Amino acid sequence: MTASVAPTDPEDRRIWMGVLARARPERLAELMPAEPDENPVILRQPEIGTVMVQGRIGASGGPFNLGEMTVTRCTLRLQSGVVGHAHVQGRSKDHARRAALVDALMQTDRAAQLRRDVLEPLAQEEADRRRARAEKAAATKVEFFTLVRGEDR
Amino acid sequence: MASALTAETLGGGFDDAPIQSARAFRAALDAMARPGRIQVIGGAVPPAPLSVAAGTLLLTLADGTTPVHLAGDADCDALRGWITFHTAAPLVPAEAAVFAVGRWTDLLPLARFATGTPEYPDRAATLIVEMPVLEAKGSVLAGPGIRDRARLTLPDPDAFRANHALFPLGFDAFLTCGSRVAGLPRSTRVEDV
Amino acid sequence: MYVAVKGGERAIKNAHALLAEDRRGDTGVPELSVAQIREQLRLAVNRVMAEGSLFDPDLAALAIKQARGDLIEAVFLIRAYRTTLPRFGSSRPVDTGAMACSRRISATFKDAPGGQILGPTFDYTHRLLDFRLAAEGQDLPKPATADPVAGPVPHITSFLNREGMIETDRPGDELPPDLTREPMELPAARALRLQAITRGDEGFILSLAYSTQRGYGRTHAFVGELRIGTVAVELDIPELGFAVEIGEVELTECETVNQFTGSKTEPPQFTRGYGLVFGQTERKAIAMSLVDRALRWKELGEDDTGAPAQDEEFVLMHADNVQATGFLEHIKLPHYVDFQSELELVRKLRAEGAAQRPEAAE
Repeated sequence: MTASVAPTDPEDRRIWMGVLARARPERLAELMPAEPDENPVILRQPEIGTVMVQGRIGASGGPFNLGEMTVTRCTLRLQSGVVGHAHVQGRSKDHARRAALVDALMQTDRAAQLRRDVLEPLAQEEADRRRARAEKAAATKVEFFTLVRGEDR
Repeated sequence: MASALTAETLGGGFDDAPIQSARAFRAALDAMARPGRIQVIGGAVPPAPLSVAAGTLLLTLADGTTPVHLAGDADCDALRGWITFHTAAPLVPAEAAVFAVGRWTDLLPLARFATGTPEYPDRAATLIVEMPVLEAKGSVLAGPGIRDRARLTLPDPDAFRANHALFPLGFDAFLTCGSRVAGLPRSTRVEDV
Repeated sequence: MYVAVKGGERAIKNAHALLAEDRRGDTGVPELSVAQIREQLRLAVNRVMAEGSLFDPDLAALAIKQARGDLIEAVFLIRAYRTTLPRFGSSRPVDTGAMACSRRISATFKDAPGGQILGPTFDYTHRLLDFRLAAEGQDLPKPATADPVAGPVPHITSFLNREGMIETDRPGDELPPDLTREPMELPAARALRLQAITRGDEGFILSLAYSTQRGYGRTHAFVGELRIGTVAVELDIPELGFAVEIGEVELTECETVNQFTGSKTEPPQFTRGYGLVFGQTERKAIAMSLVDRALRWKELGEDDTGAPAQDEEFVLMHADNVQATGFLEHIKLPHYVDFQSELELVRKLRAEGAAQRPEAAE
């Protein structure tokens, strides 16, 4: 049984929830193969839905509705009473349930171990993917020259 | 805000939302299509003082785009948290409500609720009236969806007569008691006995 | 008037079985997987996500497979599926200034701060069929790498903004209208127009945009900036009391800069058109910004030249390809009773005409 530890820093929690939401479901499952023996109470069953994504008019003006994205959410409670939430992109109920469980356990004395075994590898792999993509894009950077024409001399 | 989110507010939702909400939705449709006929619904276990029927209706019908008004005792922290968590419906004053829930006396005066516009009669409030008793006796109902006559315990027959006089405008109502629910759309006439 | 027809159950069932067989094609050729469509027909997937108004590459790829590559049919499938899902809420407006760009170009400033990044583009290809792609299993060229610019890349129009040379959009956080929940009412706010255009048919929006370039509501547009990349999507979670990232979406954003000589109320300056579309969809995003700008004639005090792209009702009521194809294609379904009544009418008119003609001759 895990004990609840000191109150969680909301900014810290916001970051790990983002990492879990963006993780690929298969990778999260690999890093956390068996659900630890917590027997959580499911408060809100994993549910597939959408979120309307908003843009801004002219990038900086008022909001408008761009279109929806699929999202799966889940809320559960550990036996100790700690509640975990997840809203994750896509339609994997397993992903949402795992993410909610990690969110709950990150508020307990299991936090350090999960940070090391699950969150840090996910964050590192994500940073590597982004870096690789940005490096390839950067290699396509172009310098245009305007040619001076005869009549302009 | 977060302080209101206790185990009580987070629990009591549907265990199997697609099935339970589909059943409750069908029952709600039947209730409105057959005014006065009492249906039994369930699945939600809302915090006090809300009934199972009223809680199940809210989980089924409300979402982030349907503002809810909590009247009287229903306007308590536990229920505010429960509705926010399970439906994401904004909680609003009576004038802005798509759904309003509470005891009859707490819902008065009714003039506060939207009755729609001639272009969009559907932009009207639906009241969920918590009743001390709900039985198929008392006031006599007639109109669409009623073969001959139906009877139902109403909190105030005159108020529903006045509402029917606004047709095609007017509010619609569900009457709830425990796990029982009956519909009373604006199209129903309440007859003089 | 519509009159129902019955029957044909077995024929319909057999037609569906034949459809399934034709969808599969020659079984000697390996079956396409949804993942293959998602990865290798990505621009088709992007179009289906944009016009289907649902960002989910796997679903869009499945829809394309089921629709046998008919993208409007695939959009229809996505729209139908979407209606079965509950909506949990609306995101915070995405910050395209913080986009991780894989492409970012400007036609107006060659030395744009942050640089011009060509990214994975068809531009500057020779449009010659590459027969090497017909041979499977060839070696891929390895893309080069370079050090990326650190930090977010600012919008190019923000530099014009500093000189006061370009109009600024009024920021706000009011809840925008949603045409998927409320019937469209005209005149439409710009937010509603943008929603209609971003999910509108690419071909229709393209043709309207082209018509403005050819003189039907000319707005002299330059692409101030076109960027493609991913942005984070944040959702406020009431039970937490703060916003969390729920994922990221790929977007194409186009800002056009349009010449504007001023009006009674506005000084001479540049004005803007805006396009923002799901996925790498740059033709659509550029077209969207031209049509957006053309529709703004009234608020900018310009003349109504009667051009189609200036006609809000014409544009907004005809942009949706699912609505359009639904109404168009229904006329092929049984209308036997309607047509019988028309037959009767024409026969009657002919009979009357024949009866009158001899009298007229006398």
